[in-house]
Amino acid sequence: MSALLRTEGVRKAYGGVHALDSCTVEVEEGMVAGLIGPNGSGKTTLFNVITGYAKADAGQVFLADRQITNATPDKVFAFGIGRTFQLTRIFASLTVLENMLVASPNGRAAARKRAMDQLEFVGIAGHHAELAGTLSYGQRKLLELAYVLVADPAVILLDEPAGGVNLSLVNTIAERIRELNAAGKTFLIVEHNMEFVMGLCDQVTVLDSGSVVAAGPPDIIRTDRRVLNAYLGEDLDPEDLDPAEEA
Amino acid sequence: MARQIYQAIVDGILVGGVYALMAVGLTLIFGVLDIINIAQGVLVILGAYLSYQLSVRLHLDLFLGLLITVPVMFVIGVVIQWAFIRRLRGRERTSMTLLVSYAVALIIEGILYEIYGPNAKQLNASYVQSSVHVFGFYLSYIYLYGFALAVAIVVGIYALLYRSRFGRSVRATMQDETAARLIGIDVNRVAAVTFGVGVAVTAAGGMMFGATNAFNPNSGYDLISRLLAIIILGGLGSIGGALAASVFMLTVESLVSIWSPEWAIVVFYAALVVVLVIRPTGFFGRQPVRAQ
Amino acid sequence: MTGRVTSTVSRQRAAAILGLVVLAVVAIVFPLLFPSPVVTNYAVYALIFVAVVSAWNMFSGFSGYISLGHAVFFGSGAYAVGIAAKDWHITGVGVFALLPLAAAVGAAIAVPFGLVALRVRRHTFIVITIAVFFIFQLMAYNLNSFTGGTIGMSAPFLPWSPTSFNDHFYYITLGCAVIAIVMAALIRPSRFGLQLRAIRDDEDRARGLGVQAMRVKLTAFVLSATITGLVGGVWFLYLTQVLPPSGFDPLFDLSLVLMAFLGGLGTISGPIIGALIIEPGQLYLTIKYTNGYLSEILLGALFLVIVLFVPRGLVPTGGEWVRRLRTRGRPAVTPVQAQAQAPARAEASDAPAKGAKR
Repeated sequence: MSALLRTEGVRKAYGGVHALDSCTVEVEEGMVAGLIGPNGSGKTTLFNVITGYAKADAGQVFLADRQITNATPDKVFAFGIGRTFQLTRIFASLTVLENMLVASPNGRAAARKRAMDQLEFVGIAGHHAELAGTLSYGQRKLLELAYVLVADPAVILLDEPAGGVNLSLVNTIAERIRELNAAGKTFLIVEHNMEFVMGLCDQVTVLDSGSVVAAGPPDIIRTDRRVLNAYLGEDLDPEDLDPAEEA
Repeated sequence: MARQIYQAIVDGILVGGVYALMAVGLTLIFGVLDIINIAQGVLVILGAYLSYQLSVRLHLDLFLGLLITVPVMFVIGVVIQWAFIRRLRGRERTSMTLLVSYAVALIIEGILYEIYGPNAKQLNASYVQSSVHVFGFYLSYIYLYGFALAVAIVVGIYALLYRSRFGRSVRATMQDETAARLIGIDVNRVAAVTFGVGVAVTAAGGMMFGATNAFNPNSGYDLISRLLAIIILGGLGSIGGALAASVFMLTVESLVSIWSPEWAIVVFYAALVVVLVIRPTGFFGRQPVRAQ
Repeated sequence: MTGRVTSTVSRQRAAAILGLVVLAVVAIVFPLLFPSPVVTNYAVYALIFVAVVSAWNMFSGFSGYISLGHAVFFGSGAYAVGIAAKDWHITGVGVFALLPLAAAVGAAIAVPFGLVALRVRRHTFIVITIAVFFIFQLMAYNLNSFTGGTIGMSAPFLPWSPTSFNDHFYYITLGCAVIAIVMAALIRPSRFGLQLRAIRDDEDRARGLGVQAMRVKLTAFVLSATITGLVGGVWFLYLTQVLPPSGFDPLFDLSLVLMAFLGGLGTISGPIIGALIIEPGQLYLTIKYTNGYLSEILLGALFLVIVLFVPRGLVPTGGEWVRRLRTRGRPAVTPVQAQAQAPARAEASDAPAKGAKR
């Protein structure tokens, strides 16, 4: 089965810094894919390139075998890729419900209903009339998830959905992702929270310094030497590591 | 006809030097501080009036008078930055600095009107009226001195930015304010001093402008439009670009004036719009690194 | 608790509607209460600015793109009526039929203007609007045969007495103001308005969610320009003349910005309040100190004061004060209710993040 979302040989440099170097990532349809790697490995840059917030210097991005390289963000959205941001980006001066309506493609009444449904789904429906700027960090993350969902994208890119969020909320988010995945949505998730990633993802890709060092199921990745090198910076034998010390 | 064209080119280059003096300060302020200082036009006029006072009341030579007006304008710049602009923060910061400096410009203009009235003045000196005849062209002494002054100041600012410790702080702040803070640079002081320097240069620009043009408090509008066009064309933040763009734009205007003096200024506005739309970083400018 | 909230909300609603009705009645009978042309003159100018600031706010306040070039539409509307009246030999009351032309001219100019100017960042946008403004002012001065150059254009004579002249214009400008306010009020909560305001908060994010930013911005820009052009035409007929520096007045846009900021950028009532507070003052100064530049100084000073001390404007800040007064002494959530809500709020138990961004 050909991958639904695919990047091939993507390169992106900021000045002298090579954020992405020949990056090839594949996400199969219906999969929950994880993208991990140490800080500065290029994860968010890859997201930016895929979703049109950054221009690739070289390489291509495919969605269902259709080239979408360097498409603008609104086109990428129209193609069916939704995305959240590491630092939540919401419309602070609009209410929670209004935030939802911005993204919604339907007419009035239908839009409201759908929006409220999504808010229910993530659990913040009670706040629908409050200004989004007054939400707590965790609530904002949920709102972002909600309005990315409202346009019913086929592929959802989540940038650190569990970052800086308390445990019960993390579990809620993981549950929602599982539910959506069961309904047919494909996910690509950037995360530092290893438990979250390993517990949720079918496949994990590891980036280091802009290129892929390993890709495979979580169990394999967890003990892959290259992955440990990437994170810890030295050549280690995984068997030498005490399980309690693992990242 | 050909002679007219050549003279126009020569005039344009020389006058461009004068405008470079005014533009350099503006581009420095934007390049380092992300501040669009609309008041620059009226500050030039203020500098002209200061030179006027010194020249008329104390009979000081125009260039000597700069020894007083430059520090005075520096202080005025620091005060403006410290009192009004420093507090502006947030995502809309650059837009707000534009509006705030516009307000400051209005106040200064109003005060100048109250003090001096609307009648035009011009600075005078022995060398203002006379010119030297070279290769069949007339080169006014004042323009020659002014051009030399412009070059000297541009060189001086380069030296400041690239050879001094303070200059390093300025460049660091320009690249990344947070990082600069982290390594101990007093960003507020850098901001105040940079703004002060940018305004201090207008003292020289003002003197030159006043010596070569009749001016009244209203002259600031015309001036700031041209200066904006020049610095955007030359690249926001690029000092060399400001010099090049000044010479270029003034030469073009000078040439257009041969055919139509009233419309000549439209080249500035048109250039401004065209460049902003096609290539917002100007021709020499760096990529704007900061997000909007 | 829910019951109480609903009744508070509906009580607020009732109060707002009552307030509007009172306001409408006062507005309609105003000239009868104050028949003096001096007073109605102030009222006409105030209403002109209420209309234009509301129109300006409809674009700049909602989208965050500060325009300093709306004088382009205002002056063009004025000149359009003047030139058409002259060229088509229209006299008397018939000139009012030219007002739609003024509106259309505003819209027509806004389309290319917007297409060019709205592609750049916000601070660059402001600079472009300034440049275009000066281009238009220059054209007004230089295109002598078309615009009358420094002499400008004069409006045809209207056969009304001074009092009825002012009264007629009072109702006309009232109508314009109502149109502008209603349009803004309809736009704000609509999907179009939400997209516009989302653009203000985070344009890239809005784009990433499928908002056609250029289309949305341009539409708002054109709507705003249409009303501004219309009012420009009305102003011309009221003043009976337009000159390059009056039709294209560099202080015009700054006054709009000031009034909108004072009242509250992006609100509906903000521009109204801002205009009603500042315009009479400005007019008074212009009349009293015809030679002075005091109004300029005050305009600048007032702007600085507002930006530094009341940056969000009176309406939002005032609203916050009222809210604080009302909840003074009372905790936001009583302990018993907090416990009852705790399980339901399990997912939202993080410490509150920073408050709303300005």
